[in-house]
Amino acid sequence: MDETRRDLLATGGKLLILTGAAGIGLDFVLAGEPEKAPNYDVMKHWWGMAIDIEKCIGCGNCVRACKAENDVPKEPFYFRTWVERYYVPDVDPREPHAEMQPKVDSPNGGYDGFDDVYRHEKSGKTFFVPKMCNQCAHSPCVQVCPVGATFESPDGVVLVDKSYCLGCRYCVQACPYGCRFIDPRTHTVDKCTLCYHRITKGLTTACCEACPTGARMLVDLKNPDDPIHEFLRSNKVQILKPQMATGAKVYYNGLDGSVR
Amino acid sequence: MDPSAILHGVQGFMYPNEIELQWSLLIVLYPYITGLVAGAFILASLERVIGVEALKPTYRLALLSALAFLLVAPLPLQLHLGRPERSFEMYFTPHTASAMAMFGFVYLWYLLGVLLFEIWLDYRPEIVHFAKTKPGIMGTVYKILALGSYNVSERALWIDDKVGRFVTILGIPSAFLLHGYVGFIFGSVKANPWWSSPMMPIVFLFSAMVSGVALVLLLYMVVSWAKGRVIDMRCVDTMGVILLVAFIIDFALEGLDLIHRVYEADESFKTLDFLVHTKLYFSHIIVQIVLGTLLPLGLLALVRLVRITEAGRKGIYLLSSVLTLVGIFAMRWNVVIGGQLFSKSFLGYTTYKLDFANREGLLPSIILMVLPFFILWGLFRLLPPFERPSRTEG
Repeated sequence: MDETRRDLLATGGKLLILTGAAGIGLDFVLAGEPEKAPNYDVMKHWWGMAIDIEKCIGCGNCVRACKAENDVPKEPFYFRTWVERYYVPDVDPREPHAEMQPKVDSPNGGYDGFDDVYRHEKSGKTFFVPKMCNQCAHSPCVQVCPVGATFESPDGVVLVDKSYCLGCRYCVQACPYGCRFIDPRTHTVDKCTLCYHRITKGLTTACCEACPTGARMLVDLKNPDDPIHEFLRSNKVQILKPQMATGAKVYYNGLDGSVR
Repeated sequence: MDPSAILHGVQGFMYPNEIELQWSLLIVLYPYITGLVAGAFILASLERVIGVEALKPTYRLALLSALAFLLVAPLPLQLHLGRPERSFEMYFTPHTASAMAMFGFVYLWYLLGVLLFEIWLDYRPEIVHFAKTKPGIMGTVYKILALGSYNVSERALWIDDKVGRFVTILGIPSAFLLHGYVGFIFGSVKANPWWSSPMMPIVFLFSAMVSGVALVLLLYMVVSWAKGRVIDMRCVDTMGVILLVAFIIDFALEGLDLIHRVYEADESFKTLDFLVHTKLYFSHIIVQIVLGTLLPLGLLALVRLVRITEAGRKGIYLLSSVLTLVGIFAMRWNVVIGGQLFSKSFLGYTTYKLDFANREGLLPSIILMVLPFFILWGLFRLLPPFERPSRTEG
């Protein structure tokens, strides 16, 4: 009887140690661990962004700040954030049934600002739309990653473990907003981290910091005192491509129906 | 890489990160090769499970072709990865929600659980015979292949046959899974309207059958000619019928998908319609539909409707299978490359520039397409596909 009990305890003890070791081992194996910062409680935040299209002047400060802060490759097809300019022509009363196709451009992602080509345009409307990762709560990119290198942190930011990414590009295909690219230096995927290294230290993102008109606002939806709650209450707010049901957390005020 | 050259290929507006294509010719090869595997296997299964006697001469040829192509199937994926050295992570720490993650397991199951096992069971008498009679290195190779099992008594072969039949029955849904799965990898991308369709797995499956049958038909005729063997007309006629039927179903499914898109005309329709009429006109309308589908369909139907001489039929089968293989390749191209030529903003288009000698260029793709034929040649030497004293028929 004693013998059996001792055996049981020994086996149980071994199993316990092994399970613990396996757990620690698994932590090493599994991706999906956001970088830690002192005094930051990941469970107390739920990050997103509010963008006021009415306030964006297309200066490109945000694009430049983002590229500088996050060491984004300089080529004109790698962006964590970019600015699009829309020109939507008026409805022609002689042909009201004709479909209005907006003219959209984003030269070098808006990095150098925009030439004022529509200055003398007498009709139509022009506006700027800053774009970035929508930090989706039901993100298709997270869903499709074959190894879990792309993951959602508990505070609602979609991040990439670059030491784990295979560079298969499935996530690039899966993102409806075109927010991901392959970094030509590492051959792994890259995207907006919402300046995770800054926001976990109590700072705002580089793009928000650099925006001269306050068109971009980092928001924490878990903070009851965050101005986002007033922003959502008092504005007609829309997200991009709501039909994709991605749970996007970048909220736009003044988003025109022509924006894709 | 010259940025201005890449930007030059843009028409209208693309999201900046979309300008460079992510999935290249190598990813076109991946569904193409996998489809050939699944199709060839399903053809072999028809003989084994349903008992289509006329297909007997191609049974082993189809299995070995499936194996040769299956061995090459993961190579384009591996070559395409940004960090190929990490590909094993897909096996060790798969993300179960990912459609792509499970492919490795489906592939391994199909290779080890189905195809190799079935071939081994079928060839066991020969392997044992050669292991006992061949001298030198080849004798050793056959001894290894025998896996220590030298019992070829009537009872043992009867068991082999039963197990083999069971594996084949299991293999049919596995082949469906293998290629339906590839279709799902594309069909489940909701961000891309050119791909996102529940029809995708079934269209991929039937196009796989079409391409696989065409491959075996072509190989059977070419190998027979090369070896100076008489072509069994009953066999090629049967394959012609199977090809025709599979093709009709495939074309009907693709037609249904097309009609659905045109009639629904959702927000992506104008963009995709423009694409098909411009950048994809040659590869989609001319190569895939006219040359790769309608023409072989017409030729194969002609054989059924009109009396044609044996030589004429051989010519028709040869031409039809080549056209079919080209047409299905074009279909894969149009899916993979076509799906990346337009912006997800539906406001513009980009251009695919195919390099020649770099990692994702034309040269490695040509090598990857030739490689299975070399493997097949090696397999033929090791496991003769035609000489089968006990089961051969004229």
